[in-house]
Amino acid sequence: MAKVTIDGIEIEVPEGTTILQAARLIGPEVAPPAMCYHSKLKTSGGYCRTCLVEVTKGSEKDPRPMPKLVPSCRTTIMDGMEVGNKSSAKVVEARKGVVEFLLLNHPLDCPICDQAGECHLQDLSYENGTAKTRTDFERRTFNKIDIGSKIQLHMTRCILCYRCVKVADQITDKRIHGVLNRGEASEISTYIENVVENDFSGNVIDVCPVGALTDKTFRFKSRVWFTKPMQAHRDCDKCTGKVNLWFKGEEVLRVTGRKDQWGEVEEFICNTCRFDKKKTSDWTVEKPAPINHHSVISANHYEVFVKPTEFKLNVVKPLSIEEKAN
Amino acid sequence: MQLTNRAQQVVQKEMTLAERLYLPAIFAGLSITIKHLFKKKATLKYPEVKREFAPVYRGQHVLKRDAEGRENCTACGLCAVSCPAEAITMDAAERKAGEEHLYREEKYAAKYEINMLRCIYCGLCEEACPKDAIYLTDRIVASEFTRGKFVYGKDVLVEKMDDRIDVSQRKKHYSIVNN
Ligand code: SF4
Ligand code: SF4
Ligand code: SF4
Repeated sequence: MAKVTIDGIEIEVPEGTTILQAARLIGPEVAPPAMCYHSKLKTSGGYCRTCLVEVTKGSEKDPRPMPKLVPSCRTTIMDGMEVGNKSSAKVVEARKGVVEFLLLNHPLDCPICDQAGECHLQDLSYENGTAKTRTDFERRTFNKIDIGSKIQLHMTRCILCYRCVKVADQITDKRIHGVLNRGEASEISTYIENVVENDFSGNVIDVCPVGALTDKTFRFKSRVWFTKPMQAHRDCDKCTGKVNLWFKGEEVLRVTGRKDQWGEVEEFICNTCRFDKKKTSDWTVEKPAPINHHSVISANHYEVFVKPTEFKLNVVKPLSIEEKAN
Repeated sequence: MQLTNRAQQVVQKEMTLAERLYLPAIFAGLSITIKHLFKKKATLKYPEVKREFAPVYRGQHVLKRDAEGRENCTACGLCAVSCPAEAITMDAAERKAGEEHLYREEKYAAKYEINMLRCIYCGLCEEACPKDAIYLTDRIVASEFTRGKFVYGKDVLVEKMDDRIDVSQRKKHYSIVNN
C-alpha cells in the first residue's frame, strides 16, 4: 500500500494504481476529467491530455517535484506522492489549453448532434474551457463515409481518443476500422466500407465520448433530454443483457449500455440487444436509471427528482443586521 | 370579548333635509361623470389605432428564415427544454438531397408547435435558441373560439417569404456584449 495526497486529501491505495484511479477513489471533486481513458478498455489513455496533473512531490524517498505536468491516467503513484489537480493553477491553465486544442477543429454543431446532452466534450469545455474561440481558420472537413446501417460516423466531431479502436481490438474479434493518416489529417475509418458487422461493434457508440459515432437507428429521433432512461434486462445468449432503455412516452427509442459515474460503460452489450430489441415487451424494466441532477437529461423528470443536498445554507448567508449597519 | 380594536359603534342618525332630497348628491355624481367626458381617454380604439410597443415586447413568436429564405431552426430542442411552461414540442427530420434551399442545416423541425395557452411569454425560448431561429414579436395573439386553435404549428409560426418580420430591433437589445 502507498499513501498519496491529491488536492490535499490523503488516500491509501495499492501499489501500481494510477493517479487517476486514486483520485476517482476519493471522489468526483478531485478526479481529473478523462476523454480517452476508459476503465474497461486495456491500454486506453494517454492520448487526450485532459487528465494532466501536477506532481509537487515525487515520493517519500525522492521528494523532488516532477518537472512537467503528467498524464494521471498513465502515471502510477509512489508512496508519499503529492498531486495537485484542481488546486494547481498550472493544471487549470493547461487544461484550458487542452480544451482549446480539442475544440480547434471541432465543428461545434451541438444543435444537430445526437450526443448533445450526454457529451463528455460539452461537459469538459463547460467546466474547463473558455467561453470564446480564438480560431479564425477553416475547420477540418472530411468526405462522408458510410460505415454501415447501424452506426453513423461524423468524422469532423472525432477527437481521436482511440477508444473505438480499442473496442474493435479487444471486444470484437477482428478489427476492421482504425486510424488512418497522421497528425491533423488522422481519421477513424473503415478499411472496407459497410463491414462493421461484428456482434459487439455497436459498443463503439457507447465508448465514443463525443458525437462522432452515434446510433443510426436513433438518428434525429429525439434529443436525449426528452427521453427517459430506464434500467432493463433480458436473457441474452451473447451478452449480459443489462441495458438502459431510452423511452419517449411508451416507445423505446434507443438501447444503450449502462454507464457508471464516470460515464464509462459498465458492461458491453451485443448488437441484437442494442439494435433489434426495441419493444417494451422484449425487456424486463427494472427502475429509472440514475441520472445526475445536474444533467440536462434530468430536466423536467420530476419522478426521479432528488432534493439537492450540496446547497450549503451557511455559505449563502443573508445579510445580518450588524453587517447592514456598517 | 373584543377581538380587534377596530370595532366601531354603529349610529343611525337622522338625515338632514338636503340629504333627504338626494339632488345635491346626484348632481355631485353627474359632475364627476361629465368632467371625465372632457378628459384625455386612457384607452385606444384598438384595431384602428395601435399602441406603440417597446422594442422588446414579448408577443406572438416567429420562426425566422435566413437571408436566402431557409429555415433557421434545426430542431435542437433547447427552446423546449428551457420553456418553463412546457409549451413547445417538436419532431426533427433529416434534410434530404434537394432540400438545401428550404432548411439551413442537416436536421430541421418537421413539426414544431407552441401551445399559446400554455406560453407565459417569458422569452426564455428566444434566449435559448443557438440558431437565431425563434423570436417573440410585438404581434398580439389573436383570440379564437376553440382552444385547439391556440396550438400554433409551423404554418403560423414560420415567417412568410413575402411578409418578413423584422427583429433587428430586438437583436440590438439582446446582443451579448463580449469583451
Ligand atoms: S470516433 Fe469517437 S471513440 Fe473513436 S477516436 Fe473518435 S472520438 Fe474517440
Ligand atoms: S415565451 Fe416562455 S413560455 Fe412561451 S414558449 Fe417561449 S419559453 Fe415557453
Ligand atoms: S427554435 Fe431555436 S432553440 Fe428551438 S429548436 Fe429551433 S433552433 Fe433550437
